[in-house]
Order: sequence, then C-alpha cells, then structure tokens
Amino acid sequence: MNRTRLFIAFLVVPSFLLLAAVVFYPFVYNFLLAFGNMNLNRIRDWEFIGVRQFVKIFTEPSQPDFYAVFAKTIIWTVVNVLFHVVIGVFLALILNQHLKGKSVYRTLLILPWAIPQYIVALTWRGMFNYEYGSINLIITKYLGLPAVEWLRSPTEAFLACILTNVWLGFPFMMVVALGALQSIPHEVYEAAEIDGASWWRKLKNITLPLIRPVMIPAITLGTVWTFNNLNIVWLVSNAGEPSDNTHILVSFVYKAAFHFYSFSYAAALSIVIFLILLVFSLAIMRQSKATDAAY
Amino acid sequence: MAVQRRRTKLLKNLLSHGILLVFVLIAVFPIWQVMNISLRPGDQLLSTSLELIPANATFENYIRLFTEREFLLWLWNSTFVSLAVTLTGVVFASMAGYGFSRFRFFGRKIGLVSLLTTQMFPATMLLLPMYIMMIHLGLINTYLGIVIVYSATALPFCIWTMKGYYDTIPTSLEEAARIDGCTHFMAFFRVILPLAAPALVITALFSFMAAWSEYLVAAQILQDSALWTLPIGLKSFESSMSTEWGMYGAASIIVMVPVVLLFLSLSRWLVSGLTLGSVKG
Repeated sequence: MNRTRLFIAFLVVPSFLLLAAVVFYPFVYNFLLAFGNMNLNRIRDWEFIGVRQFVKIFTEPSQPDFYAVFAKTIIWTVVNVLFHVVIGVFLALILNQHLKGKSVYRTLLILPWAIPQYIVALTWRGMFNYEYGSINLIITKYLGLPAVEWLRSPTEAFLACILTNVWLGFPFMMVVALGALQSIPHEVYEAAEIDGASWWRKLKNITLPLIRPVMIPAITLGTVWTFNNLNIVWLVSNAGEPSDNTHILVSFVYKAAFHFYSFSYAAALSIVIFLILLVFSLAIMRQSKATDAAY
Repeated sequence: MAVQRRRTKLLKNLLSHGILLVFVLIAVFPIWQVMNISLRPGDQLLSTSLELIPANATFENYIRLFTEREFLLWLWNSTFVSLAVTLTGVVFASMAGYGFSRFRFFGRKIGLVSLLTTQMFPATMLLLPMYIMMIHLGLINTYLGIVIVYSATALPFCIWTMKGYYDTIPTSLEEAARIDGCTHFMAFFRVILPLAAPALVITALFSFMAAWSEYLVAAQILQDSALWTLPIGLKSFESSMSTEWGMYGAASIIVMVPVVLLFLSLSRWLVSGLTLGSVKG
C-alpha cells in the first residue's frame, strides 16, 4: 500500500509542483495584484488599495470604453462560433456521403487549422491592404465594386478580424462533426427512409440530435477559445488599430498590461474575463446535464 | 422513374462537388497568396495582378532570407525552445496522466477540475504575473523563462489527453504484469507506455506546435534580438511591409510547410484525443 502511494506521488507530484509554480502561484499573485496599484513606476513598492481597480473598470470612462469592448467581444464570439459551427456541420454533412475524392477535399479543408495562427493573421492583414491586398483586388477587378478601407475604419477592421477568424476556425468544427456523423449507424436512416422521411426531417430529427452530445463540448471549448483569442485580433488589427477601436477584452488587457504598463488594472480585468468564462462554462455544463436527464 | 432518380442523384453529386470546390478555394487562397508573394522578384512585390505563379518567379527572397537576415538564428532558437517544451510536456504529462487515470487519491478530482479551469484563463491572467515574477527573478530574455511559460500553458491539455487515452487501455494488462512480478513502475513503463504511443505523439505534437507558433508571449519575454524566435522574426518583416513582404512570404512558407505536413498526417488522432478528453469529463 505504501509502495503504491509512493508511486502515485512519483507520477503526479512533479507535474503539480511545476503547475503550482507556474499556474497556481501566478493565479494567486494575479488576484493580489488586482487589489493593488502596481504599474511600471511602482513595480517594487506597490500597495493594496482594495477594490479600486474593479471600480475603475466598471465606472470610470476608459479609452476604449469597457462596455463597448465587452459588447464587441460578445459579437466577436457569437458570430465566429456561429459561422464555425454552421459551416463546419454543413461541410461535414456533404463529406459524409459517397463522393469521389472525399479524403482530398477533407485534407485541403483542414489546412486553415494547420497553419500557425500568427502566420494566418499576418497574411490576412496583408490581404486586407487597401491598395495591394488581394481582397480589394478581387472586389474591384472581378466584382466591380469600390475598394474597402479594411484596416483604417473601425467597423471594417473589426469585420476583417472576424473574417480571418471564421476562416481559420471552421475546420475544427468540421472535423468534430464528421467524427460524430460517422458514428451514427446506417440503420437509423434506412428505417427513416422506409417511413418516407424527407431530407429535412432526417436532418432535424436524426442527425442533429445524434451529433449534439459531441458538438456541445466542442462548441463550449470553441467559445472559450474564441473569447480568449488574442492572436487574431491583435495581429490583424495591429494592436487595435485604428486608434484602439478594434479590441476585444483580451486584447484590451494585453494592451493595458504591456503597452500602458497598468499592471494592477490589467490584473483586475483578467479576473473579470475569467469570471465571465467560468460562469458561462458552468451554465453550459448545468444546462447540458439537465437536458441529458430529460432524454 | 429510375432515370429521374439517377438524374437527381447526379445533380446532388455535382452540387456537392461544387460546394466543396468553392470552400477548398477559400481555404487554399491565402496559402497560395503567401507562396505567390514569396516567389515574386523584388520589383514586383506590390504587383496588383492575380496570376497563379508570378511572372519571372524567382527564389531570390528565399536566398536573401538566409544571407541577409538572421533567419537561421531564429530557426535554431525556435527549434531549441520547441524541443525543450516538447520534452517537458511529454515527460510530465505521460506520468501525471497515468496517475490520474489509474489511481484514486486525495486531491485527484480537484486536480483534474483545476486543470480544466486553466483552459478558461485569459492569456494575460498568467502572462502578466509571470512576467512580473520574471522581472524579479531576472528571467526576462532567457530561454528558461520562455520554456517555463510554454510548458505551463501546454501541460494541462497534455495531461488530459494522456489521461483520456490511458482510460481506454484495460487495467487487466498491468494486473497481469504485476502478477508476473513487475513493479508498478515497470508495468507502467514497459507495458502501458508503449501502448500509449499515439497519445504520446499527440502530446508531443501539441507541445511542439504551441511553442513553434507562439508570438504574444515571446514578444514580451524575448526582447533581445539575438534570442528571437521565428514568430518575432516574421512579425518584424511585416512592420516594413513594402520592402520585406517577399521575405515574409518565403519565411512563412518555410515555417509552415513542416508543421502543416505533420498536422495533416496526425489530424485524425488529434481529434479523437480532443474529443475523448472533453467528452469524458
């Protein structure tokens, strides 16, 4: 028995020591920081000032405005995840039939997921360039429409970030959905066909309910990833250009921390983001458990 | 009747191919763009034509990358850091994952849940305190600093993946080995670990890619240009877009081809690892 305990310790303790040092300790330290007044000038002689940073986040006007950034983050997350799931499931449905060259299509469609995100972001930024970017070339040459100021006006810059992220995110959902579809036994569809079920009825009453248990965790994960995706917004909009109008919460915190060096303010904002995600994930888990029981 | 059915089937087939082709085109377009830019001669970088392969295609940008820039240094730095992270990830995750899968001990559940919770941390929540800690400890501008941060962020996911995979291996295997006189460690090391090879590969791939493709942490911790990894180097091309865009393209191609190939060959396992880990909460 003692031997077993020693073995468990040997297996688990090293990881936990490492995680304690680099995850749990910073986590606690972040909490402490959030209640202090640390910035670049006060990096060693900072003091506790209570909840003032939190009050500042919610009540004091900031550039950019916290509530505007928050609203943008929600739009960013909902639009992205919606398109990821719809495109992903749609393509998976098409790929899940007898089709020539299926595996070639599948491989090519995974490519956006396989490329390092920063390269995706920098490349799309180049493609959105006003004069030389290929997006505007296509718009003006082939569609005959006026060129769009992608990176210099707030709405378009935000749209550019969303387009980039939709592009890189749909393959994940496609692959997950494809895996789920392949696990549905054929007999179910055959039975439905005998009963004369239409294409739409089969989709609505068989396919979607049956892939749901796999899709829900994937969507939860995808939502958290998208909400926290710093790379795309930061690199496509080049740190929030034009003039900090293209931020979601995480890029806003990154800027506060590493461009303005308002360490305590950034720490407090990090906690706010974390709590939002925690509440969201707990709600999803509750919800999906509740509906599981109902089945 | 039969003819009509065959006709609708053909139509459906054509439609499927059509839709897939459109999406493939969208998926491949930016990659083709990068390749195209990397092959353009210096005076055509800002060309506004959309040819498949640029006129007067040349490898000039690739050559300049190695001769005029520190690309080789960045490549070496990135490889070193990524391998160090991979090694740490595989060793720690293969052990801890096994512990979580096979044994019931005090703190197991809390441990697993807190590993999952770390996935909800916004990047800055760990990065900022660690950055300040590193200032205090003098770890800014060191590889040790960056390897620690990367390992820490990759480890929770790796542990979950390993645990999920060990869960699918029957315990009777170790029991048999134990009856034959193996110690716990031998049963783990000689019997189970080899069987978990696919999960080890995924863990290694994930840790490697996490380090190979990371820009935002590196930008804060590696400020000395002698320590730059590939992402910081590539970003530096972008800041003066007009002149160095060709080299950016060439560098991107060199950086992404190996990881894309690796990813594609392993994508099947990556997904099963992901869904196993998340479904089997």
